Amino acid sequence: MSDSAATPPLVRKDSHKDYEGAKLGMWLFLFTEILLFGGLFILYSAYRSRYPMEFHEGGQHLNVVIGVANTIILLTSSLTVALSLTAIQKGNRRLCALCLAATIILGLSFLVNKYIEWSGEIRHGLYPNSPVLLRRPHGDQIFFGLYYSMTGLHGLHVIAGIIVLSTMLILVARRKITSTDFNKLENGGLYWHLVDVIWIFLLPLFYLAA
Amino acid sequence: MSYLDEGGRKGIRSWIFSTDHKRIGILYLASMVFLFFVAVTIGVLMRIEQLTVHPPLFAPQTYNAFFTVHGVIMIFMFVLPGLPAVFGNFFMPILIGARDVSFPRLNLMSWYFFIAGTALVVASLFTGKGPPDTGWTFYVPFSIRTGTNVTLGVFGAFVLGGSSILTGLNFLTTIHRLRAPGMGWHRMPLFVWSLYGTAWIQVLATPIIGITLLLVIAERVFGIGVFDPAKGGDPLLYQHLFWIYSHPAVYIMILPAMGAVTEIIPTFAHKMIFGYRAIAYSSIAIAFLGSVVWGHHMFTSGMSETANLVFSLLTFIVAVPSAIKVFNWTATLHKGSIEVRPPMLFALTFIFLFCIGGLTGLMQGALAVNVQVHDTYWIVGHFHYVMFGGAGMGFFAALLYWFPKMFGKTYNEKAAMLSWIPIFVGFNMLYFGMLVLGYMGMPRRYFTHLPQYHTGQVIASVGSFILAIGLVIFFANLIVALFKGKKAEQNPWGGVTLEWQIPTPPPLENFSVIPTIKERPYIFNPEASR
Repeated sequence: MSDSAATPPLVRKDSHKDYEGAKLGMWLFLFTEILLFGGLFILYSAYRSRYPMEFHEGGQHLNVVIGVANTIILLTSSLTVALSLTAIQKGNRRLCALCLAATIILGLSFLVNKYIEWSGEIRHGLYPNSPVLLRRPHGDQIFFGLYYSMTGLHGLHVIAGIIVLSTMLILVARRKITSTDFNKLENGGLYWHLVDVIWIFLLPLFYLAA
Repeated sequence: MSYLDEGGRKGIRSWIFSTDHKRIGILYLASMVFLFFVAVTIGVLMRIEQLTVHPPLFAPQTYNAFFTVHGVIMIFMFVLPGLPAVFGNFFMPILIGARDVSFPRLNLMSWYFFIAGTALVVASLFTGKGPPDTGWTFYVPFSIRTGTNVTLGVFGAFVLGGSSILTGLNFLTTIHRLRAPGMGWHRMPLFVWSLYGTAWIQVLATPIIGITLLLVIAERVFGIGVFDPAKGGDPLLYQHLFWIYSHPAVYIMILPAMGAVTEIIPTFAHKMIFGYRAIAYSSIAIAFLGSVVWGHHMFTSGMSETANLVFSLLTFIVAVPSAIKVFNWTATLHKGSIEVRPPMLFALTFIFLFCIGGLTGLMQGALAVNVQVHDTYWIVGHFHYVMFGGAGMGFFAALLYWFPKMFGKTYNEKAAMLSWIPIFVGFNMLYFGMLVLGYMGMPRRYFTHLPQYHTGQVIASVGSFILAIGLVIFFANLIVALFKGKKAEQNPWGGVTLEWQIPTPPPLENFSVIPTIKERPYIFNPEASR
């Protein structure tokens, strides 16, 4: 660390680099993601006030254990991605790569849990347009329609986040992300935190609704 | 060396792989003019259908496809991205004294998204079980029941939304980060202010339509039920979500046009803009208020009386900032030495037609009137006055104003003035005719009409033919100029904003030295203003 403080940061040939701007752009993008989910949250609140009993019962069909386990997994992964940023800022490339790899593995295990959970529900015939569900009251159909839409869209974001972080891992390995140029990793980490934050809202709305 | 000469690559590759904001602006312009004429042709076909009462020239289902495709192309591919993507891309960085936008590669990607979305919509016309027939609003439950190719068309609109978001995000960052030294917020040209307001709506409202369209797809593919009344879903919620975006989208269309007109009027009145701050802040006020009036599209859909009243009140309030702009433009003209050249003529036309569009908007914002005119030709006439008379004319004015700067060629001014006559006459025959027909009770989206509407329909149709001829003259003139026009001067109109202080056409990266801004914009007579 001492020598990086002694030598001034490299003057980059590429004068277009504007870290503040890149961060601003990323935050704006995160707004759009929140608003994308916002549409679904509006639908959720409208339908929950219309079908309170069915939402209560619907929540009982969900696997709270897996839901909570996945919450712990995502929260831990947010920690590891934050650690990876601190590691690269301190110049520890190995630790940074390790933390990123841990985040990716946690993200994958979230998806595995999701797979186990969804396939269990589908085995019980609880999926959109299923014969079982069509015989049940309207509120149940809406609950599961929203459940699959919202957790499904969130799942797609987890996959996108894993792809983003894998790219970051490669960039770290190739020394494109360094202790003086870590903006990409910071923005990638912000995206992962967003994925985590959205899940924090999904857990009580569906699993703890009962 | 202008941006048209350099670039490293040759031929088409120098365009479709270029991250230069000016080249990307031209890419948008070329794609949009083409799409505009496709949609105009479909519009004329609809008017031909209305020439006859019985038997119909085109089958009713064909007519349904016509108004859907006409609307989708015009709205999502021409008017919505129109001014920001073309003139915003080309001139916003120049106007704030920057070399490019903040994210040049993202900018090119936005255009790819635009083309991909367009390709998807076009594919939806020729694949599956026929082109979408829902109207551009994709209202449920019809859009989830119809057998036509709605899924692909809706996905195309979703991708176009992505393009719009990325452009907005890019512009916001650029305006925040890349203004030249000395260019404080109150020294920005007003076109940039209008783009700033627009970009916020693009970023904040577009995701809502994104999720809504995705849900329509999920509804069609998986049957999730959230919009399906048979499964407990509520179509009214679809309308809410749709208009939460689509009403602000109207302001995405009109705000940049207002901004362009605000650039043109002081130049041709040779006078400092009147009420700079009022115009700047009214752009932001429109962006904000325009986001809370969406319910006025749904007065007859079964909202509560309270909701109707609140939305009606808000609708009246949103007219205030628009009127502020109109008054400031007229005050700018007052005692100016006005020179009516083609850009100015179209800018003045914008004000006139936009006033009709805005005032008819106020009329239908009143609850009682709305019940009478809902879903009639009145509405169609009104929104064409706003979108075509407003955003469209603003686009034409901006094109005439900046064409010499963009391409380094002058066009025939007489021919441009001449094309105005059929455009203006045809426009008013067509759309004022629609206002009258609608007030008489002619419903929109019908493939035929009752005999009492026949005269009006024929007048409107003839108007549409005259308008189409005017449009052909307008663009033919510019295309001829592109190849045979004389070399344009650096500052043909005597403008004073930054784009007129750099060579014509602008060099790559715009400025050899980034300028330092010392004064407000629009100072035409430095002696007098000191």
